[in-house]
Amino acid sequence: MSAPTSTPTGGTFTPAPGAAPVLRQLVTQAGMEARLMLRNGEQLLLAVVIPVIVLVAAVRGADRVGVNLDGRPIDVLTPGVLAVAVMSTAFTSLAIATGFERRYGVLKRLGTAPLSRATLLGGKVIALLLVEILQFLVIGGVGFALGWSGPDGLGGYLALILAAVLGTAAFASLGMLLAGSLRAEATLAAANLVYLLLLAGGAVVLPADAYGGLGDVVRWLPSGALGEAARAACDASVAVRDLLVLVGWAVIGSALTARTFQWE
Amino acid sequence: MRYGDRTAVDDLSFEVEAHTITAVLGPNGAGKTTTLETCEGYRRAQSGTVRVLGLDPVRERRDLLPRIGVMLQSGGAWSGARADEMLRHFARLHAHPLDTGLLMDRLALHECGRTPYRRLSGGQQQRLGLALALVGRPELVFVDEPTAGLDPQIRRAVWELLEELRGDGVTVVLTTHYLEEAERLADKVHILDHGKLVASGSPLELTRGGTVATIRLVVTQPFPPGSPEALATALGAGTELTVLDPLSLQVSGPADGSTLGKVAAWCTDHDVLPESLSLGQRNLEDVFLELTGREDFA
Repeated sequence: MSAPTSTPTGGTFTPAPGAAPVLRQLVTQAGMEARLMLRNGEQLLLAVVIPVIVLVAAVRGADRVGVNLDGRPIDVLTPGVLAVAVMSTAFTSLAIATGFERRYGVLKRLGTAPLSRATLLGGKVIALLLVEILQFLVIGGVGFALGWSGPDGLGGYLALILAAVLGTAAFASLGMLLAGSLRAEATLAAANLVYLLLLAGGAVVLPADAYGGLGDVVRWLPSGALGEAARAACDASVAVRDLLVLVGWAVIGSALTARTFQWE
Repeated sequence: MRYGDRTAVDDLSFEVEAHTITAVLGPNGAGKTTTLETCEGYRRAQSGTVRVLGLDPVRERRDLLPRIGVMLQSGGAWSGARADEMLRHFARLHAHPLDTGLLMDRLALHECGRTPYRRLSGGQQQRLGLALALVGRPELVFVDEPTAGLDPQIRRAVWELLEELRGDGVTVVLTTHYLEEAERLADKVHILDHGKLVASGSPLELTRGGTVATIRLVVTQPFPPGSPEALATALGAGTELTVLDPLSLQVSGPADGSTLGKVAAWCTDHDVLPESLSLGQRNLEDVFLELTGREDFA
C-alpha cells in the first residue's frame, strides 16, 4: 500500500527548493525588522518622541538655570541626545524586540528558513541603522531649528557616523546579551531600567565633566563613551579613547552573547 | 531518504520513503515532537544516527534547511506582523517560492491577510504555519499536528492539500492526534509510546485483524443480571466476551456467521434491545488503544 512511486509531474507544489541570494535575504529581513520597529507605538515613543522631549527640555532648562556648559547648550546637548537615540534603538528596542521574538518562537521559526544566523543578525543591524538614520533626521532637524550649529564640516559628520556605528555595535551586543539570557518580561523591565539609569547618570546628554569626580568613571560606560565621542565628533575631533571603550564593550558584549544566547 | 534515531526518544528507528505521507501517532508525551525536532536539527541525537535527505540535520543544517519545510505546533511569528506580510517575508527568503496568493487561497487565509498575527484565531495561525512551511517549495515537509483545532471543512481542505503535495512529489511527515487523519492520509503509520516505536505499517497492515471478528453490541437498558455469563456460555470456548460497561459488550471470535447468530438469539432470549450492533474489522483506533492502552491521545 505504501510507496506510490509514480514520478511526480509538474504540479503546483513540485519541489524547487533553494535559498534566496544572501543580499535579498538581508534586504528582506532588514526591511521587515525596521517596519515592525516603526509600526510599534511604544518603540517609536522611545526612538523619537522621548529624545526630542529631552532635547527641547534640556535646552530650555539649561538656558533658564544657566548650567555652565563648555559651549552653547544646544551645541553640547544635541550630540548627547543623538547618542540617547542610538542607545534607545540599539539597546532598549533591540533587546525588547529580540526578547519577544524568542518568547513567541519567531527565532525558532526563522531557524527553519534558509536564513543563516549571520544574515539574521545582519538584518537586525541594518534595521537598527535605518531607524537611527530616521532618528538623526528628526532629532537633528529639531536641533537645527533650535539653533544647533551642527557637526563641523565633513570630518565632523564622518566622525559622528563612526561614533554612532561603534555605539550601535556596543549597545546592540549588550541588548542581545540581555535578550538572549532573560525572559521576555524581565528583558523588557531591565532594558527600560538600564536605559533610564544611563539617561540620568550615564553622561549621555550631559558631558562627563559635568559629573565632577565621577566623570572619569562614567566615561568607561558605553553611554558616557558614546556621548563623549558624539560631542567630540561635532567639534570635528575623533575621541580615540571613547571609541576604543565602545569597541571594548562591543567585543565583551558579543563574546558573552555568543556564549550565552538561547534561541528559544 | 532515511533516518533512524536514538535519543530522549529511545531506540527509535524508521525510514520514510520519498513521495509518501508518513504519520507519527502517539499519546501526549510519546515523543512525537521530539522525534520531529531531531529530524529538523533542533535537537541533537545523543546517540544513533539521523539522516534527512541523506544529510545530518545538525551538522549539515545549512544544506538541509532550504530543502525542508517545517510547520511548528504553535507560535513563530512577530505579533505585529500581518498574515500576508509574514508569508511574503518567508517567500522572499527562498529562491523559487510558491505564489503567496495561491497559498492564501488554498488555506482560506485571504479573509485575514491584513490581520496582525496576534489577532488571528488559533486555526488561522495554524494554517499560516502550514503556509510558511510550504512556501519555499520543499522536497520534504514536517508538519506537527496540521489540523489540530481546525473546523471539519478546513480540515478537509488541508487533507486535500497534503494529498496534492504527495501527488506533486513532496514527502510529508506529520504528527497527529487524529487517528482518522492518519488512516485517511498516511501511506505509513508509526505509532510511538513512551518514546518507543510500538508499531509500524500501512493503515491496512495495522488494522488487518486476521481471522478474528469483533462484534460490538450497545444496548438501551443495562444487561439483565447474569445475562452476559449466559452469553459467554452460549458462545463457548474460542470466543472472548468483554463487558465494556453496563451498556456495551464486545465479542471476539471466529469470523463466521455462528457467532453473530448466537448473539442475536441471546438478545431475543434475554429481552435485550440492541441500540447498535457493529461487526468488524478493527480500525486504527482499536490498534492504537491496544498498543498504548491509553485513551488520552488527545
